[in-house]
Amino acid sequence: MNALEIKDLNVWFGDGAARTDAVKHVSFDVAEGASFGLVGESGSGKSTVLRAIAGLVPTWSGEMRVMGEPLGLTRTPKFYKTVQMVFQDPYASLHPRQTVDRVLSEVLGLHGFKDIDSRIDKLLRDVGLGPGFRFRYPHQLSGGQRQRVAIARALAPEPRVLLLDEPTSALDVSVQAEILNLLADLRAEHGLTYIMVSHDLGVVGHLCGEIAVMQTGEVVEVLGVEKMRALQAEHPYTKHLLESSIGAVR
Amino acid sequence: MTDASTNLLDIENLWVRFPTRNGIFDAVRGISFSLGRERLGIVGESGSGKSMTGRAILRLIRKPGFITADRMEMDGEDILNVPETRMRKLRGHKASMIMQDPKFSLNPVMTVGQQITEALRTHEKVSKAEARKRGLAMLDRVAIREPERVFDLYPHEVSGGMGQRIMIAMMLIPGPEILIADEPTSALDVSVQLQVLEIMDELVRERGMGLIFISHDLNLVSKFCDRIVIMYAGRIVEVCEAGKLHEATHPYTRGLLNSVPDLEHPRDRLEVLQRDPAWREAPSVSALL
Repeated sequence: MNALEIKDLNVWFGDGAARTDAVKHVSFDVAEGASFGLVGESGSGKSTVLRAIAGLVPTWSGEMRVMGEPLGLTRTPKFYKTVQMVFQDPYASLHPRQTVDRVLSEVLGLHGFKDIDSRIDKLLRDVGLGPGFRFRYPHQLSGGQRQRVAIARALAPEPRVLLLDEPTSALDVSVQAEILNLLADLRAEHGLTYIMVSHDLGVVGHLCGEIAVMQTGEVVEVLGVEKMRALQAEHPYTKHLLESSIGAVR
Repeated sequence: MTDASTNLLDIENLWVRFPTRNGIFDAVRGISFSLGRERLGIVGESGSGKSMTGRAILRLIRKPGFITADRMEMDGEDILNVPETRMRKLRGHKASMIMQDPKFSLNPVMTVGQQITEALRTHEKVSKAEARKRGLAMLDRVAIREPERVFDLYPHEVSGGMGQRIMIAMMLIPGPEILIADEPTSALDVSVQLQVLEIMDELVRERGMGLIFISHDLNLVSKFCDRIVIMYAGRIVEVCEAGKLHEATHPYTRGLLNSVPDLEHPRDRLEVLQRDPAWREAPSVSALL
């Protein structure tokens, strides 16, 4: 089964003359358990696609299905139990005045779990933080630790699909490695489906099996990771991206 | 370079310290390095003291932080004890700094042109018309296609990559001999990163300047530098030639190299740094020339 099916998705902002089409005729499918990457430069619409799936953008048209169920204009609690999102900047996405415990128990409470206490312990262990972190505030954590808390928060409702919006771009390379390993482990353990947005081809190539390249709101190419590694891109823009990221390494 | 004394920078035993409630925090702990007419890379994680080192060279450490050193010389001139008025002359004229994010380091209420000509006219007596002419020429040098149009734009009207090129133009127009670039491209897209770096590189070579390139990206630094200093916890743990980076021996350097996901050489698991407390205590390696 496909975890996610997107057909002819359009997203726009503004009306009339001020209308900007951020995403144009985007279609792709993600099989359950797969890991799908969206790459492109800033303004290419890659994050907007994720936000549209998560229900954070009201102005869209087209067809989106999650686990076979079509999405309407509003999202149901069931949707949020299936799909969760991890945001780019762990410095901005955690409430500065709530402890880790409070953040996690709120989510667990909203989803109707009863054994909150033991679940928080397990969640923190799952993301590689000990129970010692439970009563800390975000400012008492490093960037990598915050992103682990953000991942724990996303995992709390036991979702099937995780939307990852540049989950490591605010982190150091050494911490990035830890988070990428964690994400790979969690996916293997829980059989999760990932849709990851990044501008770093190395990161996407490491975690994803299939990659869509976006430019000015359109998907210009979808290719498998082997093809990308072998630098066999067809579209000139993909080639340009590959060259600039390989060029930066050498 | 005629002899050793004409190094652009000579810094010995530099400490950057911040008094806190729990005693003094040492951000940089006794490092020594020099800069010839070369491109020197400073690499390390957040908190390793690399940015503080860059700021300390221009004496831009905010109070209550302070600097101590045995010797700090810029082009043979002592910069440790000179008064602030002299330091203001040196900043921009002898050494300037490109900051990380153009969004936060360009003045939002001045046009691009005003900012560039201000930088020039602070250090040189030139007429307004002459300043404009040189500003436009400089914008052209940093590959901005329509300099005349961009000259009158405000920073929010230009893209990130353009903003960073404008910063480079602004920093280079007074003709400094040392350029300190603190993560100049980490706020930019991959597709424009390389372009911005190449422009910077070209200008630095052309003018025979010294470049200090601060970054957490080892591979990027090895491409644009001659010599690399690797910092950990406020000390230098290793110094190596950029071309021989892959022969680096310090476990920290190796760990940093191996933790980067590489598109062409995929691995199942990325290597995670195992930090050894002994690295913190090991004496700083000297990077003096």
